[in-house]
Amino acid sequence: MPLAAPSAGIGTKRLVVGAHFGVGSFLLQRLTALILVVFFAVLGVRLLVAGPLDYVAWASIFVPIWMKVLTLVAMFALLYHAWIGVKDIWMDYVKPVWMRLTLQTLTALWLLACAVWSVQILWRV
Amino acid sequence: MSTPAAAPRKVRPEFRNIHVTQIVQYRMPPAAMVSIMHRISGAALFLALPFLLWMFDLSLISEGTFERMALAASGWFVKIVLLFLAWAFLHHLVAGIRYLILDLHVGLELPTARKSALAVYAISLPLTLLAALKLFGAF
Repeated sequence: MPLAAPSAGIGTKRLVVGAHFGVGSFLLQRLTALILVVFFAVLGVRLLVAGPLDYVAWASIFVPIWMKVLTLVAMFALLYHAWIGVKDIWMDYVKPVWMRLTLQTLTALWLLACAVWSVQILWRV
Repeated sequence: MSTPAAAPRKVRPEFRNIHVTQIVQYRMPPAAMVSIMHRISGAALFLALPFLLWMFDLSLISEGTFERMALAASGWFVKIVLLFLAWAFLHHLVAGIRYLILDLHVGLELPTARKSALAVYAISLPLTLLAALKLFGAF
């Protein structure tokens, strides 16, 4: 989002944060939610089929490549879902722009770190 | 012609968005409770993400780390945290499915929406109870 110079006639009070991205966020929040419902349904069925859980039974759930891919897609969906949700919380309750931007930046960095971490977790199995 | 301006102006009530500190004073309908719980449970799950990823990591690395994770999860305090997170997950999931259905413009009428809000509790709370029984070793 380009920051307009005051001379551009838009004004100096232009918001640098806010819900301009409403529709896209709204749709992606639902899409990622659907992915998560599908993932947890699959995981639930696989857990029921696996029976009593020891290490081998648990880890072998995540061995097939399709399960790794599905889990990773679900993980990214979860992180993006969390990004939209947590950003909404900051936007609702945190009014000073500097504080809101700081919290949003930390949230985004943290979620990105989790994304990298989850790749490592899954591909080590 | 007399001007009404001399009369004291009536103070008109001013309605603003609910502030987070006012939430407890409101007597909220079931749908509003589901909504705020959806937000609280979502925030809790976000905050617990590093803890959950750490447990997920340990559970998958090797047999030894799996045992370590199981040992860490066997303390009563961790069990209570896990139970809270299980509730947060189940509530967020069931309420989220309700929202997806509402977004399809299904069940928007007030009485139906009220019933479906109560249904969220009717599904998520027994499932949480099941998780509690499992966690504390009833089966």
